Amino acid sequence: MSEHSVPLERQKWMYETMVKIRHYEETMVQVYTEGKTPVFNIGAGTVPGEMHLASGQEPAAVGICAHLTPEDTVTAPHRPHHIAIAKGVHLDRMTAEIFGKVSGLGKGKGGHMHLFDPGVKFSCSGIVGAGIPQAAGAALACKMKKQNQVAVAFAGEGAANSGAFHEALNLAALWKLPLILVIEDNRYGISVPKEVSTAVKSNAVRGSAYDIPGYHVEENDPLEMYRVSEEAVDRARKGKGPCLIEIETYRLLGHFQGDPELYREKDEVAGLKEKDPIMRLRQHLLNQGVQSNVLDTMETRVRQAVDQAYDFARDSEYPDAEAALEDVFAPSIQ
Amino acid sequence: MVTTKDRVLTGNKALSEAIAQEMERDSRVFLLGEDVGKYGGIFGSAEKLLDRFGAERVMDTPISETGFIGAAIGAATEGMRPIAELMFVDFFGVCMDQIYNHMAKIHYMSGGAVKVPMVLMTAVGGGYNDAAQHSQTLYATFAHLPGMKVVAPSTPYDIKGMMISAIQDDNPVVFMFHKSLQGLGWMTPIDASQGVVPEDPYTVPLGKAKVVREGRDLTIVGIQMMTHHALEAADRLAKDGIEAEVIDLRSLVPLDRETIIRSVKKTHRLLVVDEDYRSCGMTSEIAATVAEEALYDLESPVRRLAVPDVPIPYSRPLENRVIPGVESIEKAVQTMMKEV
Repeated sequence: MSEHSVPLERQKWMYETMVKIRHYEETMVQVYTEGKTPVFNIGAGTVPGEMHLASGQEPAAVGICAHLTPEDTVTAPHRPHHIAIAKGVHLDRMTAEIFGKVSGLGKGKGGHMHLFDPGVKFSCSGIVGAGIPQAAGAALACKMKKQNQVAVAFAGEGAANSGAFHEALNLAALWKLPLILVIEDNRYGISVPKEVSTAVKSNAVRGSAYDIPGYHVEENDPLEMYRVSEEAVDRARKGKGPCLIEIETYRLLGHFQGDPELYREKDEVAGLKEKDPIMRLRQHLLNQGVQSNVLDTMETRVRQAVDQAYDFARDSEYPDAEAALEDVFAPSIQ
Repeated sequence: MVTTKDRVLTGNKALSEAIAQEMERDSRVFLLGEDVGKYGGIFGSAEKLLDRFGAERVMDTPISETGFIGAAIGAATEGMRPIAELMFVDFFGVCMDQIYNHMAKIHYMSGGAVKVPMVLMTAVGGGYNDAAQHSQTLYATFAHLPGMKVVAPSTPYDIKGMMISAIQDDNPVVFMFHKSLQGLGWMTPIDASQGVVPEDPYTVPLGKAKVVREGRDLTIVGIQMMTHHALEAADRLAKDGIEAEVIDLRSLVPLDRETIIRSVKKTHRLLVVDEDYRSCGMTSEIAATVAEEALYDLESPVRRLAVPDVPIPYSRPLENRVIPGVESIEKAVQTMMKEV
């Protein structure tokens, strides 16, 4: 853990949010399995379709979202839940969307990879790298409107090899946009390890190609992520332009639920679990004198919020089939 | 008729066998794409190919579609015969310039001086709630643009034979395989995803549709999953005394207009079923062809079933509403048969 002091209240918020995310994802593991046993069928069950979960990747999301307001924009990739929760997306409606219910963020049209909550300026996409230029555009809008909001794009390490990454970073640097690009390096683009896909060891060095700072956060450390993000967000708000942060994070589950994971050893995941960032932050809080019952109360509270969101989703109705034909176009301007 | 000697394969095994046999025969053939190595392709198109041919000919790529599809084009123009896999057809957006401005046009722009003998293999189709960015077929998007052959086989037999033809073709071929017809263990098991496939290499010509069910009362043209739905609907309709002829289009470019017209001249009615968007789609093209070539042979207006010009929605009742199925085909035929 970083020695740099992070305000205790922020540490607690990060801990609470990480626990919330983890409970959300672990609950989803169970819910997603409903109707998919004994034979796994991706299109069956309570929640069908692909499901990309983020257990282990909480530090990236909470470390930077701790510095953001609902007015700051965040774009996320196909693995979006941790980021959405840290950004404060409406949990009930997000869950209902994942269940395909009419009370969902997109009335059931979007699903888990396509969550939009304009109330907190959050969106995500199932196309790798696609959110990066869009976040640059949000940053451009902030600049044009002379507001001091920032935009944060999250992407996996695999996205750093896409054209969108390089084009957007050049634009953001050229136009000095308040953009922070967070690369979550979970080591794998589906099955392909970073060393097989990427010419550089750390994507942080790619900042130098566009003459912007590149930060590297080791060991999935939420406090270090917080510290680095503080500097990055502060620079952006002050008009000093974009930067890039790469965090070494952990993917405790498969690329998607049902992934046979034949490309990595079982020990690897066991090793990652031993270094669980939630466990480490909990210990760090205890070491600072926070009472364990305080943490327990926190945990209970966020677990209840998550459970409530799942209940809300379950109890909601499916959309009427004919609604499939609506929402292609906005109503014409009156 | 299946005999005990016949070998039954899933779509994905037929596909990877075709690639393996061509790689064996021709050292210029190689495969590149995301997760085609250890994973064997997300939809099993490259099963066990890495073990057999090694990482130099079965190349995992970064998530850089413009880069590796462009590289396949460059290698093809230098005489190699690459197969590039675009994981989902929906991802064409990040690399279409290489595909339609280069892969498809270089032969024409060079006045025939430069050949681009490559296959762009890609997964298409919905029906398992993978939502708007992972469920499209985009048949017509590719078929609209001149310079590339576009094929969409429906059976393991055709998958193998058409893949071998595609690799051997001196033109760029977009080879679309349907996820539901791959016979993967993690999708809904359907009979159509398995079929008899001879072990020895063979070719099935590109550009030929196939009459998969003979009938006298109307013609149903389908593509991939829609062909299978049409066959099932035809069996149900037969119980009501309606005999539908079903054509499996198999190839979108070149389009086998002749087979369709011949059938319509016999049955005098046409229903076209497509898993792609309706407007400016394959259904429009086929309807226009019949209007031009066989209008006076029709006893009722041509009817079309396709995705009603909306993105593919996520939620199950919504997706079921927009993708044609056995019931909607059956209903459409019954309505048509009452029309004079």
